[in-house]
Amino acid sequence: MIMNVYADNAATTKMRDSAVKAYAETAQMIYGNPSSLHSAGQEAKSLLEECRASIASLLGAQPKEILFTSGGSEADNQAILSAARLGKLRGKTKIVSTAIEHHAVLHTLKKLQKEGFEVVLLPVGTDGIVKVKDLEEALDENVCLVSVMLANNEIGTIQPVEEIGKLCREKKVLFHTDAVQAVGHMEVNVGKIGCDYLALSAHKFGGPKGIGVLYARQGSPVYSLIEGGAQERGKRAGTEDLPAIRAMTVAMQEAVGSLPETMKKVTALRDKLIAGLEKIPHGALNGDRVKRLAGNVSFCFEGIEGESLLLLLDDKGISASSGSACTSGSLDPSHVLLAIGRVHDVAHGSLRLTINENNTEEEIDYLIGEVPKVVQYLRDMSPVWRDLQEGKRQYIL
Amino acid sequence: MSLYSEKVMDHFRHPRNVGVIEDPDGVGEVGNAKCGDIMKMYIKVENGILTDVKFETFGCGSAIASSSMATEMIKGKPIKEALLLTNKAVTEALDGLPAHKLHCSVLAEEAVQAAVRDYYVKHNIPYDEKDFPALDHGHDEHGDES
Repeated sequence: MIMNVYADNAATTKMRDSAVKAYAETAQMIYGNPSSLHSAGQEAKSLLEECRASIASLLGAQPKEILFTSGGSEADNQAILSAARLGKLRGKTKIVSTAIEHHAVLHTLKKLQKEGFEVVLLPVGTDGIVKVKDLEEALDENVCLVSVMLANNEIGTIQPVEEIGKLCREKKVLFHTDAVQAVGHMEVNVGKIGCDYLALSAHKFGGPKGIGVLYARQGSPVYSLIEGGAQERGKRAGTEDLPAIRAMTVAMQEAVGSLPETMKKVTALRDKLIAGLEKIPHGALNGDRVKRLAGNVSFCFEGIEGESLLLLLDDKGISASSGSACTSGSLDPSHVLLAIGRVHDVAHGSLRLTINENNTEEEIDYLIGEVPKVVQYLRDMSPVWRDLQEGKRQYIL
Repeated sequence: MSLYSEKVMDHFRHPRNVGVIEDPDGVGEVGNAKCGDIMKMYIKVENGILTDVKFETFGCGSAIASSSMATEMIKGKPIKEALLLTNKAVTEALDGLPAHKLHCSVLAEEAVQAAVRDYYVKHNIPYDEKDFPALDHGHDEHGDES
């Protein structure tokens, strides 16, 4: 029997009922423009500021440090470009980041590199975690920004951001963290992390798509990417998407409010799923087993290719994701899998299952039952698997 | 999923002629694991006719579907006809492939030619390299090979 299992929550999540309700209510009732002088506008303005204050308090920030953006990518772009611009003015043109960042960070850094910035991407170990010692060695007086993600989107590994934040404060270097995968799934407090910038996205925790936040510590530079109005204190022009902002706020309150229970529940499901999939021979978990997001399960299976795996899982009602080249439209598999030392041959056979509190024990059992069958089916038609079995090729995993 | 045509999905879900021929007259293997797709084609030849064709593929949905379609298009045909199979014909028979997947059909064309050339070599049958246009350039579109 086919069961529908949505296990791609790192890509996006189903909107929470409370968020849908808040969205619809706000769209219908509070439709004034927050920039308008009249009562309808001022009512919207007051709701906007209420949301800002709520989100600030959930992150341990001040309301004026919260900037609404179109999502995580924009927030990452704005943080990095702002810090770089100030750096350039001060003659500091080196940026230190990691090899496993999201493309919103990596591509922005590549752009800056073309403009003359020196970009250092720190490696990670096979555990998918950056070493603070490596960062310490890379930091010199020419560095204007350090950008290290809180938790990785592909393999779920949690980075030592508190230590990095401490180091950056000592060296007086701006620190940005991409917390898109973390917010709503683990404790995130800007004071504890000690970051100057933090990016988050609503649709990763049951909020709507197209809305996110840039936290920018008071005093850290923020330059506008979009001109044309005085919204967001002149840092981001464009009429605020109040229904989305309100829905994001409600979703975040709910996600953060229920964190201890959901983390416990989801971690247990994750560990059960990992244990089940580890029974597949010549496969391996990607990334550290403990320092990982509660809902992330990432594996590589030798002898098969990820896209065909996803298509067959989809036929069984399972929504999953892969870091194979064929799923990305490029010829190289995921930079994250390569960074943790998976060779191309193996990285092509990756599977990412990301679960959250909506997933049930029955769904996990279904995944544990179906994934091995599909892997075996594809291995049975794979010439690579035949070579491995006949000893003509050496097993890597 | 609407990434692929129904034809592609049909051949992917129900691949024709998948497997091995235990004592093949020719075997062709193209692609490499680093690039994420390998196709292996086995052929049986009698009186110049491909009496049996089987394939094994490590690769994405379109690679599996292209191999399946290619075997179906050449099985029972004279060798000379099989050598005329182009990636374009495979793609058309599959009702098209997304642009970034066209190399999968190229691989199918190469696999057929590689298997036939192997048959000629193994059976000391003289042949002309020009009969294997797909094998000239190897697997360039995948960039560097290791």
